[in-house]
Amino acid sequence: MKKVYPDAKAALEGLAFDGMTLMAGGFGLCGIPENSIAALHAAGVKDLTVISNNCGVDGFGLGILLDNKQIRKMVSSYVGENKEFERQFLSGELELEFNPQGTLAERIRAGGAGIPGFFTKTGVGTMIADGKEHREFDGETYIMETGLTADVSIVKAWKADPEGNLVFRKTARNFNPMMATAGKVTIAEVEEIVELGELDPDQIHTPGIFVQRLFKGDFEKRIEQRTVRERESA
Amino acid sequence: MAWTRDEMAARAAQELEDGFYVNLGIGIPTLVANYIGDDIDVTLQSENGMLGMGPFPYEDEVDPDLINAGKQTITELRRTSYFSSADSFAMIRGGHIDISILGAMELSETGDIANWMIPGKLVKGMGGAMDLVAGVKRVVVIMDHANKAGEPKLLKECSLPLTGKACVNRIITTLGVFDVKGDHLELVELAPGATLDEIKDKTEAKYTVSDNLVEHEAA
Repeated sequence: MKKVYPDAKAALEGLAFDGMTLMAGGFGLCGIPENSIAALHAAGVKDLTVISNNCGVDGFGLGILLDNKQIRKMVSSYVGENKEFERQFLSGELELEFNPQGTLAERIRAGGAGIPGFFTKTGVGTMIADGKEHREFDGETYIMETGLTADVSIVKAWKADPEGNLVFRKTARNFNPMMATAGKVTIAEVEEIVELGELDPDQIHTPGIFVQRLFKGDFEKRIEQRTVRERESA
Repeated sequence: MAWTRDEMAARAAQELEDGFYVNLGIGIPTLVANYIGDDIDVTLQSENGMLGMGPFPYEDEVDPDLINAGKQTITELRRTSYFSSADSFAMIRGGHIDISILGAMELSETGDIANWMIPGKLVKGMGGAMDLVAGVKRVVVIMDHANKAGEPKLLKECSLPLTGKACVNRIITTLGVFDVKGDHLELVELAPGATLDEIKDKTEAKYTVSDNLVEHEAA
């Protein structure tokens, strides 16, 4: 089966539909699948439930799907770097489910591994625990969280081979590897597709079994907080 | 008088021990990195997927693929490793991180912490804070002792929604240092210029004063 597609539009062909659940990798604007997001924007599918740690900024990342009113619900740990998010949330157009970041990562990991639920200490005694099953293990209280899966996962990696084996770069890895495992279909966009055999099998972060479609994208890689230091003068 | 933000950060840096793996929260806790002593070796964890966080980059080193949890551009060190968010929170939730230093809006006498939402205001989310306070071995909070109106932030019970329950070990405020002792706090250090009377006025939580109270003098 050929996994390599010419571009985002071709890779999304037949997969996007109104009301779908989408996982989108990235932390802030770092390691986000820019090209697939743009293609979903162009496709115009709406009522999306989007599972992603954040929701982009005004005019970039998932923010462009917000601007187009394509998102019905976000499942995230930290949002609100964009005015449009705030407006839609306060007006009731947009639903929001907060998950602690570690709980979100583990729910996705569990979903991809066929684990329907697990227990964690995170959130015990907070509003996050409301309505969730509590259980004691060795005298400590834990709450049950459920695994998450998606109709489609869109992830961003650095390099891939035609089998869909992926290598990520620096902190652009973040949620991408787990989301690749948790999509019924996973689309990976990468900076470079190398020949079979060029990736060291010992250094592959995501094995190709988790990736169904793949394309080489163009990346703007916008920076949210550009912080630098001065060189000491000689 | 009392401690400034930088002085609180410098005091918090003394909580770090040689060999520690450390997670610093956003805001004042980030300043702690500026005061780590040359005599100890610690490794900073950034929960977006990095151990061994380096300083901000020079202009020509900026890399959009390399940021910290505050989304600031940073650099790597020779010891650095990168990993997924799931591995990152396995470190945090699995008790592998030695200390978490973070800010708070309110704290209770039993060590409950509230630092993620104010009802009625736009809530941005808890990020990794709930995982950090629940999973890290030792939790140290840096905070203003009172709000701008002079009202206590160390309370009998938090009025704001909690980030975690009975999870804080030590609190460094503008006026001093408190340890959480189960059902009450214990004042163990007094900031320069702070008095026991001022602390009494500005603290609602039940607390005792340590027999070995350290009274810091102005530098």
